[in-house]
Amino acid sequence: MFTQGRGHSVLWFSLSGLLVVCAMLFGVMIGPAGPTWWRVPLELMNRMPFISIDSGVSKVDWNIVWMIRAPRVVLAAIVGATLSVSGASYQGVFRNPLVDPYLLGVASGAGLGATLVFAFRGNQPSTWLIDPLPLASFCGALVAVFITYTVGTSFGRARSTVALVLAGVAVTSLATAIQTFILQRNNDVIRQVFSWVLGRLSSATWGDVRLVLPYVLVSTIVLLLHRRLLDVLRVGDDEAIALGVNIRRVRLTVVLAATLGTAAVVAVSGLIGFVGIIVPHAVRLIAGSSYRKVLPLSVLLGAAFLVAADIPSRILADPAETPIGVVTAFFGAPFFLILLRTRKNL
Amino acid sequence: MSTLGFCDLSIAYDGDSAVSGFNNLVNSGEWLCLIGPNGAGKSSVLRAAAGLVKYSGSVAIDQNEIPATSAKWRAQNIAYVPQTPLIPEDMTVYEYVLLGRNPHIKHFASETKQDVDVIEKVMTRLDLTRFAHRMVGTLSGGERQRLVIARALAQEAPVLLLDEPTAALDIGHQQQALELVDVLRRERGLTVVSAMHDLTLAGLYADRLVLMHQGVCVASGSAQSVLCSETLAEFYGVSARVHHEPDGTVVVIPQRSSSN
Repeated sequence: MFTQGRGHSVLWFSLSGLLVVCAMLFGVMIGPAGPTWWRVPLELMNRMPFISIDSGVSKVDWNIVWMIRAPRVVLAAIVGATLSVSGASYQGVFRNPLVDPYLLGVASGAGLGATLVFAFRGNQPSTWLIDPLPLASFCGALVAVFITYTVGTSFGRARSTVALVLAGVAVTSLATAIQTFILQRNNDVIRQVFSWVLGRLSSATWGDVRLVLPYVLVSTIVLLLHRRLLDVLRVGDDEAIALGVNIRRVRLTVVLAATLGTAAVVAVSGLIGFVGIIVPHAVRLIAGSSYRKVLPLSVLLGAAFLVAADIPSRILADPAETPIGVVTAFFGAPFFLILLRTRKNL
Repeated sequence: MSTLGFCDLSIAYDGDSAVSGFNNLVNSGEWLCLIGPNGAGKSSVLRAAAGLVKYSGSVAIDQNEIPATSAKWRAQNIAYVPQTPLIPEDMTVYEYVLLGRNPHIKHFASETKQDVDVIEKVMTRLDLTRFAHRMVGTLSGGERQRLVIARALAQEAPVLLLDEPTAALDIGHQQQALELVDVLRRERGLTVVSAMHDLTLAGLYADRLVLMHQGVCVASGSAQSVLCSETLAEFYGVSARVHHEPDGTVVVIPQRSSSN
């Protein structure tokens, strides 16, 4: 009798997985230059072991697919998955349906950290062993989330849902102001920073993928491991403690992991808003509110969503690129407003 | 089957003393009821035992002092039902009861077959099975109370703490809830400590009453001995008649101060 929900979730997981694969396939098939779209899947099959198909894709065309489109699609999937799972985790750990990496100020804190790196190193490429960009983003993001959390929860329980978001808005404004100030003092990096702020998926390389992958993997694995504990936190601090949860440790670990993931993807993709709020809420609508399902499904659907959102960003204003942050905000802002209207007891 | 002991328990909030020097030993299988006016420290004693507030002195299960750092061990031994549980509306009944298994599941693990068996038994026992996939938010007050008790039972802890278990219920559901606790206590040998405002109900179900006033235990014993109109007048500031039924039931009847 209790396993009734199980078949349901298998269905949702397979559908979501299928969606990711389809979105990524479309992602590598579509683009201004390169081979005719239907030849790409043929060539992909050709490159699998034991299969040989003459797809008619030339070496140059294949390079366009493999060196330009593929890293972009993979990066979009990583960024979408990370932002969504981080958003869902923040929502769980703060018990607040309205927060996401952007509204908490985490992303702009990370942006400020990254801007500092650009400003100090100028136009020279990094000579360090480890690229300081993700680390600087992480530090900026941590400071931001710490301030937001401290201020936002100091009003007492009753109003903290909205207070947390307002604190996040204030932190975002402050971080953006400092960022603008630094940019004015360092004219030479303005172009670099702005193209980065609007999202750099368009110039993604396999190097970017390698840069974020370790951070993102650690973050996602840690968050997924906490999925059951996030369910326990839903009954409030007191009852969670009475149920034997060390809430300080869980909260700290989840915030650190979500912030690490967010900072890493912000460092390579720039600011892409609303993914962390649209995707988890969409997941809740279809699969229920348990974090056991919300977290893993957010990973899958987040990946599919951002890969899909990247496609219009390539073709809407062809030959120019529409920044992907514009596309996600176009869907996300109205979604957020609807959420504000319909959520009871905020 | 476990005893719950309080030794020199003191609690202070921001320097203001809420409970001082509370001592008591609740026997295995006994139902102890804490009574006393608002702010007497009843809830604080329960919250201390559940590990929710800092305290000095000690709380012990079977003479073993509960270490302040082991939330899990505490939760395996003590289940706590707060006065107004925070119920996430969009959680299913099954998911909610499952939370009670947390103390028995390793930090990052999932529940085992055995945990699921416990849940199924508890839900069957409390007649919640047909609600398994209902959203918690759609349940009535009485059903919610049963739900929260189910979560506490799922912990399989020998000690059950109930803070005002009947506060939000009508008289019929009050009786049902307390009857249920009483039956479960006998079935499972639970040691029960509850804080209650309704003195008649407290006397009816508890083996022993502890009257608290300004953080101190001022009287302890059977309902017949603790509930008398002088004591109630002194500590509650209430004018009440206490009526002893032939079967031993003690009924507290408030009186109007001016007779007109």
